[in-house]
Formats: sequence, C-alpha cells, structure tokens
Amino acid sequence: MGMAAVESHFHVLAVDDSSFDRKLIEKLLQKSSCQVTTVDSGYKALEFLGIESNDPNALSTSPQEVEVNLIITDYCMPGMTGYDLLKKVKESSAFKNIPVVIMSSENVPARISRCLEEGAEEFFLKPVRMADLNKLKPHMMKTKLNNQKLEEIDKPLNVAAAAAAVEPEIKDSAEVGSKILTLQSELEPKQVHLQVAQQEEQTLGNNNKRKSMEEGLSTDRSRPRFECITTAV
Amino acid sequence: MDAHVAQLQMQYRNYILSLYQQGFLDDQFTELKSLQDDGTPDFVAEVLSLFFDDCVKLVGNMARALDQTGTVDFSQVGANVHQLKGSSSSVGAKRVKGLCINFKELCEAKNYEGCVRCLQQVDIEYKTLKAKLQDMFNLEKQIVQAGGIVPQVDIN
Repeated sequence: MGMAAVESHFHVLAVDDSSFDRKLIEKLLQKSSCQVTTVDSGYKALEFLGIESNDPNALSTSPQEVEVNLIITDYCMPGMTGYDLLKKVKESSAFKNIPVVIMSSENVPARISRCLEEGAEEFFLKPVRMADLNKLKPHMMKTKLNNQKLEEIDKPLNVAAAAAAVEPEIKDSAEVGSKILTLQSELEPKQVHLQVAQQEEQTLGNNNKRKSMEEGLSTDRSRPRFECITTAV
Repeated sequence: MDAHVAQLQMQYRNYILSLYQQGFLDDQFTELKSLQDDGTPDFVAEVLSLFFDDCVKLVGNMARALDQTGTVDFSQVGANVHQLKGSSSSVGAKRVKGLCINFKELCEAKNYEGCVRCLQQVDIEYKTLKAKLQDMFNLEKQIVQAGGIVPQVDIN
C-alpha cells in the first residue's frame, strides 16, 4: 500500500460526563496508539466536530480540519445522551461516516439494539477494556483511508485527474449538483472538491480509481492538530 | 540479589494476593495496572485518586439526600449510587461495587433504613480500601528505595 510512509495515528473523540471515565478511556486509547480528544458532553462533541453551530463563520475550528476517525461516547449523560449524539452525527452529511461506539455501564438489550439500529458500530459494556478497543481498529482504518483519499483529491495536480475520473461515472448529475449546492451552503468553497469525491465514493463504492492518485501521495500531511490531543506512541 | 529487596518483594506479592483473595480488588484492577507503563508510571495512583475523590463527593451527596427531614428523594440517591457503582466497577473496587449493587436495590425499594445502613457500609468500605492501597503504594516505594523493582504479581 502506498500509505505505508504516512503516519497512521487515529484520532478518537471520547465523550463522557465522568472525569474518571474520561481518564480511563483516554489511557486505553493512548495505549492503542490513538490521539485522543476528550469532552464532557454531547454538546461539546458536536461543537468540536463543528456540526451544531448557529453561525458557521464563528467556528473556532473549521470542520474540514477536524479529522476524527472514531467517536466513542458514554450512553448515560445529562442533557444529550450518547444515543442523541449518535443520531446527530448520523444525520450530519459531513460526519455520518465516522464510526460511533457507545459505552454503558448497564446491560440493557433494548438500549443496545436501539443504538446499533441507529448506526452505532459497537456497543461496549463498561468497564471498557483493551480487548474491546482492539475491535475498533478496522472501523477507524476505514474512515482514515477514505479521508486520505479525499485529501489526495484536494491537491491541485490531482484535481484534473479526479475530474476526469469522476465525470464519466456520475450518471445522475442533477442529484450530485443539488447535493453539492446543499453542502456548499454549509461549508467553505474549497471543500467542494472533497465533497465531489465523497459523492463519487458514495455512488460508486469503487476505490480502484484512487490507486492512480495515490502515486502522488505526499508524506507531508500538514493537517493541524489540536493542543488538547494527547499523543502517546 | 539483595535479601532485603527480595523480602520486600515477597511481602508485596503476598499483600497484593491477599487483597484479591479477600475480595477488595478484582481483575479490572489488574487491567488498570497493565495500562500503566514507563511513560505514565503514576497512572494507577492518579486513577485511584480520582476514584476516592469521587467517593467523598458521592457519599456526601447521598448523606445529604438521606438527611432530609421530610420526603427523601430516592432517585437522587439512586443516581449517585449509579455513578459510584460505575467508577468502582471501572477501578476494580470489588467490595464497593458489590455494596452499590445492594444499595441500588434498596433505593428502588425506597427502603430508608436500608439505605442509611448501606451508605454507612459504603463509607467504611471505601476508606478501608483506600488505606489498604496506601499500604500497597508504600511497599512499592520501599522496594524502589531499596534498589529493587516492583514485581508484576500474577493473580491467576
């Protein structure tokens, strides 16, 4: 794979109202070589992702710079539960592909199936263990690969190639056009390329075209990182 | 190998084993210890410190909730028990967790006397555990000061 030279740190957003549990999950994730950002509520999680903001221009961080490969959240939280957060993420066009994992100290089958039906990848019973986190690597890898491919599209050299590759395949251009317009109203203009590529992925599910673009892969990923992200290798 | 260090290490091993055998700790504590590494040598101590702070806070909340002259808000007590059960479970504090399970049932049954008694037991239990773990850390310190390494104790 051409990706071998690129750092493979996953960035996980962990959400839990208990400071104790946050410390624990942070440690577990660091031990799994993940970068971790912890927040204490669903609201803060959405804010971090940039989903829920009344004024898009007032975002302290622009959405496309937050690369989150996984969200792991407690179920029982005051205000917005983990389930509510899951729903919000899955309803968001920009973030619905981020895998979401729910944690709970209570084994309630109805709760578990409800979360899984809503799109949660996994449901972990607390206390969460290393063995549980090991199940998450494939989920995170998937988002990471998708994001990296999108990043390649964003490079000027590859845009022409991307356009050439994308054009013939998009059959329902009207649908794509309207989707792009919707997205453009939410995001800054330079993200259009990313969204075009995302659309292509969704309609085709065919990753073979990406291989030619991977040749131009740069190892210098100057994607900004946040101060609150603790890194342990 | 220094005889003194060896003796301390054996003392440490026996002490840890007894904590497990007497039901103070369970395998979640083992899991926590396994997460500690050279990069974060104080991880277990920090987590335990957070846990005991939690205990003080939650026991305080429950005492206040049960101290109402008039109607007691059992759901309030229950919410605190739920939190304590969660953190004791996550830290491997087996006896505290067990008490919380009983406590929860007593709250649901709105058994005032039972709750008051249980809260007292929880209070005693977490303080006992805290003292025991302090002894454990002291032993670790002694071993290191004597020039030895703290042994990994295999519970199974």
